[in-house]
Amino acid sequence: MKRTAGIYLIIWTAVILSGVFGLSSECRAEKNVILATTTSTQDSGLLDVLIPIFEKRTGYFVKTIAVGSGQAMAMGQKGEADVLLVHSPDAEKKFVTDGSSISRRLVMHNDFIVVGPSEDQAKIRGMKSSVEVFKKIASSSNLFISRGDNSGTHSKEKTIWKAANIKYEGEKWYQQTGLGMGQTLNVASEKKAYTLADRGTYLALKKRLGLDILAEGDAVLLNIYHVIEVNPAKWPKVNAAGARAFADFMISREAQGIIKIFGVNRFGSPLFFPDAGKRAEELGSR
Amino acid sequence: MDLIIEGIKKAFYLLITLDTEVMGITLLSLKVSGIATLISLFIGISVGTIVALSEFPGKKIVVSLINTGMGLPPVVVGLFVTIFLWRNGPLGFLGILYTPAAMILAQAIIATPIVMGITLAAMQQLPKKLRLQILALGATRLQMIWTLIKEARLPLLAAIMAGFGGVISEIGASIMVGGNIKGYSRVLTTATVMETSRGNFDIAIALGIILLLLAYFINLILTHVQQRVRPR
Amino acid sequence: MKRRDEGRGTRDEKDSASIVLASGASGRPSEFHQLRDERSSIVYLLEARNLHVERAGATLLDVPELTIGEGEVLSLIGPNGAGKTTLLHALCYLLKPINGEIFFKGQRVNSEYPIFEYRRRLAMVFQEPLLFNTTVFGNVASGLKFRRVKRSEIKTAVMESMEMFGIGHLSNRSARTLSGGEAQRTSLARAFALKPEILLLDEPFASLDPPTRESLIGDLERILQHFKTTVVFATHDRMEALHLSDRIAVMNEGKILQLGSPEEVMNHPVDGFVASFVGVETILDGRVVKEGEGIITVSVSGYEIEAVGKIPLGEKVILCIRPENVTISKNSRGMVTSARNVFPGKIERITPLGLFQKVHIDCGFPIVAYVTNDSLKSLSLEEEKVVDASFKATAIHVVKRTKSS
Repeated sequence: MKRTAGIYLIIWTAVILSGVFGLSSECRAEKNVILATTTSTQDSGLLDVLIPIFEKRTGYFVKTIAVGSGQAMAMGQKGEADVLLVHSPDAEKKFVTDGSSISRRLVMHNDFIVVGPSEDQAKIRGMKSSVEVFKKIASSSNLFISRGDNSGTHSKEKTIWKAANIKYEGEKWYQQTGLGMGQTLNVASEKKAYTLADRGTYLALKKRLGLDILAEGDAVLLNIYHVIEVNPAKWPKVNAAGARAFADFMISREAQGIIKIFGVNRFGSPLFFPDAGKRAEELGSR
Repeated sequence: MDLIIEGIKKAFYLLITLDTEVMGITLLSLKVSGIATLISLFIGISVGTIVALSEFPGKKIVVSLINTGMGLPPVVVGLFVTIFLWRNGPLGFLGILYTPAAMILAQAIIATPIVMGITLAAMQQLPKKLRLQILALGATRLQMIWTLIKEARLPLLAAIMAGFGGVISEIGASIMVGGNIKGYSRVLTTATVMETSRGNFDIAIALGIILLLLAYFINLILTHVQQRVRPR
Repeated sequence: MKRRDEGRGTRDEKDSASIVLASGASGRPSEFHQLRDERSSIVYLLEARNLHVERAGATLLDVPELTIGEGEVLSLIGPNGAGKTTLLHALCYLLKPINGEIFFKGQRVNSEYPIFEYRRRLAMVFQEPLLFNTTVFGNVASGLKFRRVKRSEIKTAVMESMEMFGIGHLSNRSARTLSGGEAQRTSLARAFALKPEILLLDEPFASLDPPTRESLIGDLERILQHFKTTVVFATHDRMEALHLSDRIAVMNEGKILQLGSPEEVMNHPVDGFVASFVGVETILDGRVVKEGEGIITVSVSGYEIEAVGKIPLGEKVILCIRPENVTISKNSRGMVTSARNVFPGKIERITPLGLFQKVHIDCGFPIVAYVTNDSLKSLSLEEEKVVDASFKATAIHVVKRTKSS
C-alpha cells in the first residue's frame, strides 16, 4: 500500500509540474514587466499596438493587468506592479508623495465628453462649461447614468458634481451601473439618458449607440495619462529596469507618433493626444 | 435578437477561418481547465474513495468540510490564491502570478472539492458487502479499489464532468490570478468579459458560443465513456 | 511482474510421498485424503485456533479450535446472529484484526503465508449475488482477472464454469438484467471458475424462492460431488445442511456448541438449544427417579417416562424426542405394544406441513408427533380428540441438564 501511495505521489507531481511549467514559459522574472493600467485604457486598443512593438524592441514580456484605477494604484503601492499607466491625477499625486514612485511622466491625454439622446431635452448641446451642463441635466427630469465604479471616468464625474454643488446620491434621476464604459454607454443609449464618457470608447461604439456628443472641450474634461514607475527602494522585487524601459518607450518619439495617429483610420479622429515633455498645466482646450 | 444572430454568424466565421487568436484562446482554455480537471480528478477520486471506505473518529466533520468545499465561491478562491502568489506574498518566490500556472492552480482548488464530494457519495452508495466480495475473490487492495471505482463509474464520471464544467466556465478567479494577458493567459471566459466591456457584443457572443461548443464536445466524450457497457 | 500460477498455487507444495489429508475432529477418516508434512504428523487443509472477534463490547465469535479436512463439506447452522457469517469472514481473513491464527496446510497465514495469497486459494459467495456492472462473462472472469490469468485460459475456465451452472447462454447478458436465480448462479460460477481449494458460502440460497433454491441446491450438490471441493457453508435451513454436509457445526452466540456428523447432531444433540435448533420438537425437563439395567425412569411433570441410558439417580435431565418417533393411536386401554411409553392425551393443535401434519398433544406434558395425511384421515384426528401417544425408550435422547438449557 505504501508503494502504491508512492507511485500516486509521483504521478500527481509529474502532472502538476508539467502543467505549471509547461504553460509558464516566461519564467524568468527579469524578463517580465507587470504593467497595471485601467480597463478603459486596455479597451481602447492602443496598448495592443504599442506593446508588441516594445516587446520586440526590448525582449521584455509585458503583463498588462487591466483593472480599475483604484486597484491599479493599490498594486503599485504594494509593489505588485512594476509600472503604472493611469489617469487619476489626484490619486497619483498621493502615490508620489508617499514615496511609492520614483518617476511620473506625462504621456498623453484624451478627453471626456457628455453624450445624450439627440432630442436633448435638457438642452445642453454646445455648452462649454461642464459644471453648467451638469447643473442643467440635474434640474431637468432626464436620467443620468454613472459608471459608479471608482474608475477614472467616475472620479472625473464626481469632481464635476462637487464643483457644481449638486447632490446626486440617491436621486431618482441618477443611476449607477458599476459596469465598464462600453456597457454604461449601452445602458444610457437604451434608456435615452445622459452620461459622461471618454471619447475613445464612444467613438468605438458610436455606430450602435443612439447618442450624440452634446458637450465637449472644457479643460476640466481632460483625461490625463501618466506613466509611473514604482519605487524599487520600497519594493526590491520590482523590475525597475523593465519599468524604466517601458516608461522611456512610452514617451519616445516613436510611441508618441503612434499615439498621435491611433484611431484615425477607424473613427476619423484620433483617440489620444501625445503630450510627452509638456507640463500638465499647459494642456488647455483642444 | 439580431445581436445574437450576428454573434452566431461571427462564431461561425471565426471557427471556419481558424482565426489564430481565437484558436489560441480556445486551446488555452482547454489546456488550463483540462489540466486543472486532471489534477482534481487524481486528488478528488483518491481522497474521496479513501474517506468513503475508511472509518475514523471525526469522519462526519471531514465529510461536511468536503461538502462545503463543493460550494466554494470561485472568486474567493481567486482572491486568496492571488494574495498567496503576490510577489511579496508567502508563495511569491514561485513567480507564477499572472501565468496560466496560477490559473491551473486556482481552478484545481475550485474543482477538487466538487470531484471529491461526489466521489464520496458515489463510493458510499455501493453495497457494503461488495468490498468483501471483491477481496474474497482474491483481489489485492489496489485491485479492490480499482474495481470499486469501476463499479461507481457512472457517478464518478458525473463528478469529473461537474468538476470540468465548474472550471471551464469560471471567470472570477481566472481573471484575478491570470491577468487576462493577450496571447498568454487569456481564455474564453476572460476574453468574453473583456469584449463585453469593450462593447464588442458580437465577438463576446461568438466566444460564448465557442465556449458552449467546447464544453459540449468534451462532455460528449465523457458521457460516451460513462454510458458504455463494455462487452468482452 | 506476477508469476502466472501464483494465484492458483500448486497443491504439491508441501506434499511428500504420501498425499493424504487428515479429516476433521469426528469425521469419517477413510473418506478424506490425509496430508502428512515432512514431520509426518497430521496436517489439516485448514486449521483455525483461538478465533475471537469482539465489537462494541459484544463477543461475535469465540471459536477455540476448528479443523477442516480436504474434500469435506462442513455446514454451520444456527439462528441469526449466531456468528456463522463472522466465522466465515474470519476464515477468509476478511476481518481485521483477527485474534487467533489460521493455518493453511500447516502454514500460518499472515506470517509464513501472505494474506492475499491465502485468499486466492479460497472463494466466497454471499447471500446477495454482488455482481459487477458488466456482462455475465465479465463477472465470472473477474476473479481470474485479479490473478492475472491469460486471456485464453480465462475464456476456457469461464465457459466451463458457466456451463456447469447452466448459464452458458447468458454469457453476454448484462448482470443487471438477471433474475435472482440466474444472478446467484453467476455468483457461484464466478467462485467456481477459480477452482478454489476451499469454497465458503454464506447462506447463498436464503433469498431465493423454493423452486429456484431446490434446483440450485441440486446442481451444486452434483458439482460438489464431482469435484470433491472442500466447502464451508452457513445456512439456517437445517434440511439443506442435512442434505449436503459431511459434518454440521451448530452455533450460537459466537460459539460452536456441537460439531459432528448430521446423524450425531440431529439424533444426539448435546444440549437443549441444539436440540431445539435441529428440529427436536419435544423437549422435556425431568429428574431420574429410577435407574438400572441400562434403563432409566424419568419423572416429567408427575409422569414417568422410560428411556435408555445410564444416569445416576436424582440427576436432572432433558428428554429429546423427535416427532417422527411419536406414534398416535386411538385411545385404548390395555393394548400391548413394545413401546414402553404410552400416554393418553388431548390433541391441542394440528398444523399442516405439506406432505404431513404436525400434531400437538397435551399428555400432561406437551408432545409433538408427525402423522401422514392418510393417517390423519383414517384415525379421524381432530382437535380436542383424546388419543394415545407412544414412543420407544430407544427413541428418546437424554441430555444431562446444563445451566442455560
